[in-house]
Amino acid sequence: MYSVSYHRASSVADAAKLIKKAGDGKYVSGGMTLIPAMKLRLAAPTDLVDLRHVPELKGIKVSGKAVTIGAGTTHAEVAANEKLKAVCPALSHLASMIGDPHVRHMGTIGGSIANNDPAADYPAAMLALGATIVTNKREIAAEKFFTGLFETALKDGEIVTAVRFTAPARAGYEKFRNPASRYAMTGVFVAKGRDGVRVAVTGAGDDGVFRARDMEAALAKRFDAAALDGIKVSPANMMSDIHASAEYRANLVAVMARRAVARANQ
Amino acid sequence: MSDVSMVVNGRTVSGSVEDRTLLVHFLRENLGLTGTHVGCDTSQCGACVVHVDGKAVKSCTMLAVQASGSTVVTIEGLANGADLHPVQAAFKEHHGLQCGFCTPGMIMSATDMIRRHPEGLDEATVRAELDGNICRCTGYHNIVKAILAASEAMGKAGKGKAKRAA
Repeated sequence: MYSVSYHRASSVADAAKLIKKAGDGKYVSGGMTLIPAMKLRLAAPTDLVDLRHVPELKGIKVSGKAVTIGAGTTHAEVAANEKLKAVCPALSHLASMIGDPHVRHMGTIGGSIANNDPAADYPAAMLALGATIVTNKREIAAEKFFTGLFETALKDGEIVTAVRFTAPARAGYEKFRNPASRYAMTGVFVAKGRDGVRVAVTGAGDDGVFRARDMEAALAKRFDAAALDGIKVSPANMMSDIHASAEYRANLVAVMARRAVARANQ
Repeated sequence: MSDVSMVVNGRTVSGSVEDRTLLVHFLRENLGLTGTHVGCDTSQCGACVVHVDGKAVKSCTMLAVQASGSTVVTIEGLANGADLHPVQAAFKEHHGLQCGFCTPGMIMSATDMIRRHPEGLDEATVRAELDGNICRCTGYHNIVKAILAASEAMGKAGKGKAKRAA
C-alpha cells in the first residue's frame, strides 16, 4: 500500500470538510473494497476520511412500508434487522449473502452503492426497489444514480447518507456466486410494488446494473416464473471475462430471474 | 504517522504507526502477538480473523488507525491461563487442525459464530458460516465437528450458569 493519511470524521459535515482539505482524498466506510484495492495499489488516495464513526449514518428505520437505511449500516445489521425482515425479506436475504461473515461485519450499504462495483448486490436491489439515494447535498433516484462501471452520479466530495424505499408487496433476489470471490456472477432482484414490476440485473451487464424491461412487461401480466418462458436474453451487452462468457451470463440472467420470481412468490 | 491506542486482550496498548499499517501487522510486529496469521493477504482466507468490538473481522483488511479506540481480542486472548477456551479445547479434542496455519482464524470465527447463534448450530450452518475461512489442508470435516461440539458444550455451560444464578 502506498502512503496515506488517515482522518476520522465525527459527523457528515466534518467529513465533507476533511475531504475538501485532502489532496486526492477518498471516503472509507467498511473498507472491504477500498483497503484491498489500496493494498494491490489499484487505488492510491493521498487521504482517507473514515465515515465509520459517524453516528448519523447508522441505523434502520421502518415505518409501515417506508424503509430508511443509514449508509453506514453494515451488511450484517441489514441482514439481522427484524423490522426490515418483516417488510422486505428479500433485502435481508441479499445482505446475508454478501461476502462472508467477517466482510458483512465491516462492509456497509452506502459503501457498496457508492462504489457501484458491476458485480455488487445492492445496486440491483436499489434499482428494482425504485429506491432514493440520499446524499449530504440532494436526493437521487436509483435510476439516475448508477451510471456505469464503478460510476455514479455522485459529485466530488458528496456523501451517500441513506437509502430510502417503499417495501414492495413481493420481492426476491437470487444470485449465482463466483465460487472464489463470492461476488455475483449474475444476480437478479425482482420486485412487485405499487408501480408495477421491476427486474434489475447485476454482475452481468457490461455497463453495470440494468433493468430487464421485457421481463418486467411479462411479469406485470403474470407474476410467475413461467411468464418468463420464451424471453430470450441477448448476450450482446453482457460482460465476458475469465469467469464467464457473455453467452453464459445471458443464460444465468434467465435462470436467476426465474429463481428470484419463485422466491418472491414463496 | 498516527498515535493509536486500543485495548488488546484486556490490556491497553498504544503505539505510533504509519497510517497505512494494517491491524494485523500492528498486532504481530508492534505487540508481538504472532498468533494472528497472514494467509492470503487479499481478504479471502480468514487466517487473520480477530474480534474488534465484539465482532469477527479480517485484520489484514483494516488499518491499525481504523481500530484505534476499539477493543480487540486475538487468539492469545481466549484461554484463561492454562485453561483452554471451550472452542480451543474442542479443536484439540476433535483434531480440528492439520498444519495449524488457519487455526487461529478458524477459532476466532467459531467463537463469533457460536455467539451469534445462541440457539445452537447444525452442520449446514457451520459450513455456510465458514465461508470466509479457508483451510488449505482441506481439514474441514474435523473443524466442523469441533465447532459443533464447542457450541453444544458452551450452550450447556451457559444453561448451567443461568441455573446457578437463579
